[in-house]
This record gives sequence, C-alpha cells and structure tokens, in this order.
Amino acid sequence: MAQHKVNYLQDGGAPIVLTTVDKIVNFGRSNSLWPMTYGLACCAIEMMASGASRFDFDRFGTIFRASPRQADLIIVAGTLTKKHAEFMRRLYDQMPDPKWVISMGSCANTGGMFNTYATVQGVDRIIPVDIYLPGCAPRPETLQYAVMQLQQKIRRNPANMRQKAKRLV
Amino acid sequence: MRKYSPKNDVQQKSYYTDRFYIAPTLDKAPVTSDSTFASDLSSLSNVVDIKDAYIQAGHLVIYVDSRDNVKTITHLKVIRAYDFLVELSAIDYISTRDGFEIFYEMLSTSKHKRIRVKCFLKSTDAIASVEPLFRMADWSEREMYDMYGVIVKNHPHMKRILMPDDWQGHPLLKTYPLIGDEAAQWYEVDKIFGKEARDIIGPELRDAAQVDRYDTNRFARLGHEVPKGVDITNGNEPEDTPIRYQEEGGVQLFGKKLVTPFDEIETKQLKERR
Repeated sequence: MAQHKVNYLQDGGAPIVLTTVDKIVNFGRSNSLWPMTYGLACCAIEMMASGASRFDFDRFGTIFRASPRQADLIIVAGTLTKKHAEFMRRLYDQMPDPKWVISMGSCANTGGMFNTYATVQGVDRIIPVDIYLPGCAPRPETLQYAVMQLQQKIRRNPANMRQKAKRLV
Repeated sequence: MRKYSPKNDVQQKSYYTDRFYIAPTLDKAPVTSDSTFASDLSSLSNVVDIKDAYIQAGHLVIYVDSRDNVKTITHLKVIRAYDFLVELSAIDYISTRDGFEIFYEMLSTSKHKRIRVKCFLKSTDAIASVEPLFRMADWSEREMYDMYGVIVKNHPHMKRILMPDDWQGHPLLKTYPLIGDEAAQWYEVDKIFGKEARDIIGPELRDAAQVDRYDTNRFARLGHEVPKGVDITNGNEPEDTPIRYQEEGGVQLFGKKLVTPFDEIETKQLKERR
C-alpha cells in the first residue's frame, strides 16, 4: 500500500488556498482557451503544427474544437475572401461570450499581398480582433506567444467585466 | 533565343513603351505543312465556313463564325476524333473590337494532335453551349460567364461559379479595376452590417504599408507601447517600455525554481563560432 503522507497540520491545519473570484475565474478561462479550427489558407498549416506534438498546444489547455458553440477563441488563420466573410461573421456570432479573436498572419491582418477585389482587407472589418499576429506565415512559436499574450490579457481584466463595446456594430 | 537589343537607354525608353507586356507572336505555318491537320481542315470545311486557319506552335488554329461553334466542335469530336476539350474561355477585346474572342482548346488522344477553335462574339450576342458534348464545359462556361459576363445559351444552370451570386460586375474584364469597384469594396460590409455601417467601419485601407505613428488604436510602436487609444501627439510617448515576460502576480518565471536568471558576469561568451 502506498503511504500518503499529507501534513494536514501545516498552513494552520486546513487544506485551503485563498484567492479572489476574479483570479479563479480568469485562471479557468485563460488556461482552457478552446479555439475553433478556422484554417483558411497556408497559416492553417502553422496552426496545425502548433496543435501537434512538437509544439503541443495542449499544455496551455488550448484544445481545438470543431464547433463554434464549444469555442471561446477563434484563430483566423489565412486569407479571408469576400465570399466567405458572411460565414465567418455567422460563426463568430454563434460563439458564446466571452470570446476572443486572434488574427493570424498578414492576410488576416490587412489583406496582405492580396490587394484585390476579392479579399477582405483585414478581418477587423468583420469581427473585433484582440491580437494581431504578424508574419507570413507566423511560426508556431509566434502563435504560442500570441496565445500567451491573450492569456495575460484575460488575467489582467476583471472576470465580470462587460465585454468592451466592440468597434463594429 | 530572343533577339539582343542594346539596353543603354532602357530607363528612358520605359516611359514610352506599352504598360503591359505584349507577347511576341509566334510564326504561323500553312496548314498544308501537316497532313493530319490538312485532312482535318478539308473535312471540316465541308460542314462550316472557315474564316482563317494556320498552324502555330504545333497547334492548328481555326477561326469560325460564333454561330458555328457547336457544329464545329461536334464534327471535330465525332468525325475527327478530337475527344478532349481541354480548355475554353474568352478574351476581352471590347475596347478595340467590341466583343470577345472565345477559344476552345481540343486534344486528340489517338492522333496526339491539338486544335484550337476560335470565334469572335459581339459583346451584345450570346454563345451556344457545348455542354451536351463535353461535361467539362459546364464549369468552364460558368466561369466564362462569371469572369467576363459572356452569356451562354442552353446551359443547364447558368450562374456564377467563383464569385458570390449577388456580386456585381465581372472581374476579369479589362475595365474592371483590380481593387474592385464601389460595390466590391463595400461588399462584405453591405452584406453583413448594411449600408448604414459604412461610416462606422470606414473605407478599406489599400496601402498595407501605411502606418500612422500617432494612431494608438491600430498600432503600437515596438518598445514604446502605450495602452490602446492613448493620445501621444503631445509628446506623451514613454521613453521605453520593455517587453515583460513576468506577469504581475503570476508564477515566478525567473528564480531558482524555473529558470536561472541571465548573469552577464558569470556567463561566458565565445569570441568566435565553434
């Protein structure tokens, strides 16, 4: 038999940790960011690499979901065409609050090199963006850093804060 | 090999040359120089009126009337064994000749020969579909309609294939601007939020390299970051805000537990690469 030597007498005799509601809620939110798989172009390859074993998003609690209803983060990875913009907005609206957006790569940020009639010139014309991640395509380390920055952002804000008035209607 | 031309005054010359590259025309050979093509052509000339024919880069090029396109392609497929329709599309000649040149590129897998059937279509006319002959023409003709606005008769479902159904204009026309007309530039905004949201969202920023240093809503100067939306025009920009890895109240990153802090004195630096 294993002997579990728990010292119940330390810390005044109670196995208790004190914290605030904000901290415990934000701890939960920031460490279980579930992004929706939203690969649109070549950035999706880097996003997949970030999720796979070498870079391992699971250790951040970031597990990709295939449904907007189970996700609280959307990583827009790739070129958003105008034909697709409508669906992108619809999927964003289907995500439950609170929700965050990472715009990954040049195309999602500004339209990138596709300065044409068919490309949305930045996803922030459609949905409000929290983190703009530069690169073409960004390396998986960069995407990890973006997720870590987003985690810090979530922890900084009070948990019951109203979602800030978005720039878009 | 391309002919050599002296390039001393090439910079000056570029002001007077054409804006777009105009490909040099390849040599044209008479049809009689190839016996297979000659028999194809004589067989075809019994069925339709041939306006022009020559061999260019190993292809037989035939010009026919735009009303004879189905008759020509049927004959070539059924009688002359050109069993593949490789490609079909239009070329915009609206400015010079007020119409489109429609081309059909065909291949015979038994004879190993290629034929290009061309016809000129006035921009007010419509062309007959070759979809009953080649299933491939279904999508190609839809693309031709989508990109050039060429209307195809007898097509099973004539609608756009690449652009959205409510798109305005035909993008590959020479008159269509590359960044899109007004309907294209506001397409997603109009569709999702409605026209009244145009003022809120603003026009597209087409110069992706444009950076306004004092716009703290959209940019952060690296190493001089301020909170979003702070006014820095009056010299309120901080001298230096280093990137902080250590979060306030977070897990201690640098210390005995996780990572040893970087010590400049203790650390050895190699003079050269080993």
